[in-house]
Formats: sequence, structure tokens, C-alpha cells
Amino acid sequence: MTITTRKRLFVMFGAALLAIFMLAVRELPEFGHYRGPYGDVLNRETVYERHVTDVVSAVNFDWRGIDTLGEESILFLSVVGTIVLLRTGDGETEHKDEQGTTSNDDIPLPSEATRVASLGLVGPLVVFGLYIVTHGHLTPGGGFQGGVVLATAPLLVYVAGDLKTFKRIANHEFVEITEALGIGGYLSSGFLGMVLGSAYLRNVLPLGTTGHLFSGGTILVLNVFTGAAVAAGMVSILYAFLEHTIEVRLRRKG
Amino acid sequence: MSILPYAVAGWLFIIGLYGIVTSRNFIHLVMCLAVLQSSTYVLLLSVGYRVGGGPPVFATAPVGTPAVDPLVHALVLTDIVVEATVVALLLSLAIRIHKNTGNLEPDKIVELRG
Amino acid sequence: MAFIQVTILIFVGITGTAVVVTRNPIHQVIGLSFYGIILGLFFFILQAPDVALSQITIGAVVLPLMFMLALAKIRRQEQRKSSSGHPESARGA
Repeated sequence: MTITTRKRLFVMFGAALLAIFMLAVRELPEFGHYRGPYGDVLNRETVYERHVTDVVSAVNFDWRGIDTLGEESILFLSVVGTIVLLRTGDGETEHKDEQGTTSNDDIPLPSEATRVASLGLVGPLVVFGLYIVTHGHLTPGGGFQGGVVLATAPLLVYVAGDLKTFKRIANHEFVEITEALGIGGYLSSGFLGMVLGSAYLRNVLPLGTTGHLFSGGTILVLNVFTGAAVAAGMVSILYAFLEHTIEVRLRRKG
Repeated sequence: MSILPYAVAGWLFIIGLYGIVTSRNFIHLVMCLAVLQSSTYVLLLSVGYRVGGGPPVFATAPVGTPAVDPLVHALVLTDIVVEATVVALLLSLAIRIHKNTGNLEPDKIVELRG
Repeated sequence: MAFIQVTILIFVGITGTAVVVTRNPIHQVIGLSFYGIILGLFFFILQAPDVALSQITIGAVVLPLMFMLALAKIRRQEQRKSSSGHPESARGA
């Protein structure tokens, strides 16, 4: 069917769908008058039972740790799928006929201000990312947000024009090993609960005192593993997108 | 006026779906999918809001101060990260389609026609 | 409802519509980044700091970045195809 037919059909059915949705939404409690019991129970009991102060991280990694395991598998599979899809196939000819050395001398570098600002921010960004990952159970943050912040640190190296260093960082086996360790560590920490006589992914490590860094039992451990997996996954995805661009740029001027 | 968050969530869903249905470019389609996913975030967070409540973090506030629902925040948080990876996979599919067939229009890909 | 919540909600609706209505992907990426920031601000006003942090890092930085990289790769593929006289159309048609 043509695109105008689709447009007209959609306007009709879309309006009907929106009307049904608005009728259904009137049954919800009013905006701002949250009624349900689970939120109040969680807010009241998490600090005493798990000795952490960030309830959202406790929900993600302790009360509903199995959902986060499923979500990490989605992340891992998407990274694998992206790398497989963007790999060079058999018909690619851009690598077969150029064997030159990858010299970096003739590429026009970005301006001085960009280079100074980007390279100067790499160190603080790594420290900030590690802070967000490890303090996820005390203040807002956690493995996911900290992992994404950590993954933008090699990207700043690319923005500053240092392509060889970015390729060395992102193409290293260290990135793949970190991602595998992140997922495998999450899975194995679950088995720790079964070994010590309780259920899978149960919080069995000593809980510590509220407000200190080493508190919350397995929540800190799972935070670190998730941060490692997310950071390495994002770096792999970015390198898969940038791989051919870097090869062509490094070889064009060499 | 208290139905406005739900109305905005429904409107974002419908407009994202409209963008997907009438799209002529795969990259435009994936961006409309991102808008569609964000409508569910708006709906979920509006359901869990409490007037006069603070964030569900008790680092400085004592336990017992009114706070919003943390369960919905956990759902939306993982959902946002999943959105990023799904978009990466869809973009690599679009790049592959462009490499094999040479254009990016959903209507002109002959192999996808049923 | 507070006035600032109403304002931000209407702004979210308008920006989302603008992202869909823009047809050129290169212009749309910038709109998507702006939409990500406005949505992060909305989550912040709704007392959700975790979610706002996640949305700003992913929705306003990582997602537009991936889109721009994909667009650059597609443009390079088109240049290569047009300069070498369609060598790959003989394969897999």
C-alpha cells in the first residue's frame, strides 16, 4: 500500500488508540497520590535490612537482582550482535590492497583548545566514573551510569585526534576480557549464595555499617561487575562503529 | 490538569508510532523508536510520583521522610540502558542493509516484501 | 500540579513531536540530543536522580553519538560505491 494510504489509516486508528488509552488512564490514581504499598515498604525497610542508603540500587541488585541479570544478558548479546554485523565480510576490498604503515604524521589535528580540554578531562572522567560505580549503594549512581561515564573516557582520546592511542585502548584484549569478567562475575556471585546455603543471588556477604563504603554485602560486588561489563561493552560498540574510519584515516595520510 | 503526564505519554507513543509507520529512512525510523520508548519512561515515572516526596535516597534525610516510589525508578533505569544497546544493534542492521542493497528506504527493500 | 512540572511536560511533548517531524537524519540527531536533555530535566524535577543521571548520559550523549557514527559510515559507503562503479551490486542481488 502507498504511503498516503498508510498515513490516513494510521491517523484513524491512532486517534482511536489514543482515545481508548485516555479512557483507561482515568482509572489510575491521580498524579501525585501514589497509593501502592510496595514503594513505602521498600523505603522503610531497605536501610535497616540491607544497610544501604540508595534504595534504587538495592532494588536493582538485591531485591530484583535476577531482572538485572536478564538485562545484562541483553546488553552482552547486543554487543556481540553489533560486532558481528559490522565486521568486514569476504567482499570487502579496502583492506586487501593497502599494506602501508599506519603513520600519524600527516593527519590534520584538531585545534589546540580541543586537544587540551579533551586530554585534560580524561583523567578526571575516569576517576569520576569509578566514583559513581563504587558509591552506587550510598548515593544516586551505580553500575550502569558509572559504566557509561567510564566508556566516554576513551572517546575523549578519539576526539582529541589521537587515533593510534584510541585504537590501542579499544582494540586491546583487555576490553573483551573485562566484559566477559563482568558478566561471568555477576553469574558467579549468584552461585555464591547457593554455595553458602541460601538461594541464588541472595545477599550472603557481611552487611557492614550503613553509610560506609564497604556495606551492603553483594550489592557493591554486583555494582562493580556491572560497571565493568557496561563500560567494556560500550567501548566495544564504539570501536566497532569507528573501526573502518580509523583505518582509512590512518592509511590515507601514511 | 492532573491527567497531563499520562496524556503526554500517550501522545509521545502515538507520534513515535506515526513516525515509524510513515518513515522513509531507516535512521529516522530508529530515532522515532527511541521517542516511542521514552513515552513509557514518562508514564512509569508519573505513576510513582508522590506530591511533597523527596528522592528515595536516605543518605542525609532520615528514614521516614516521604519519598517517591523506588521500584519504578529501578525499572526505568535498566530500560534506558537496554534502549541504548537495542539502538546500536538496529543501527548496525541498517548499515548492513545499506551495504547490501544501496538504499535506506523501507519501502524499496525488495527482499523484505511479503 | 506545580507550574514548572506543567511547563516541562508541555515542552517534552513539543520536543518529541519535533524530533519525529524532522525528516533529515542529520538535523534530527541534534533534536534528539536536546530531547534527551529536556527529558533528563523532567526526570530530575520528578525527584528521580538515578534515572536522570542515566538518561542524560545515555540519551543525550551515547545515543546521538551512535547515530552520527552510523550516518558517517553510511556516507562513506555511498562515496566508495559511487567512486568504484558498483562492484558489490553483482553480489547478493
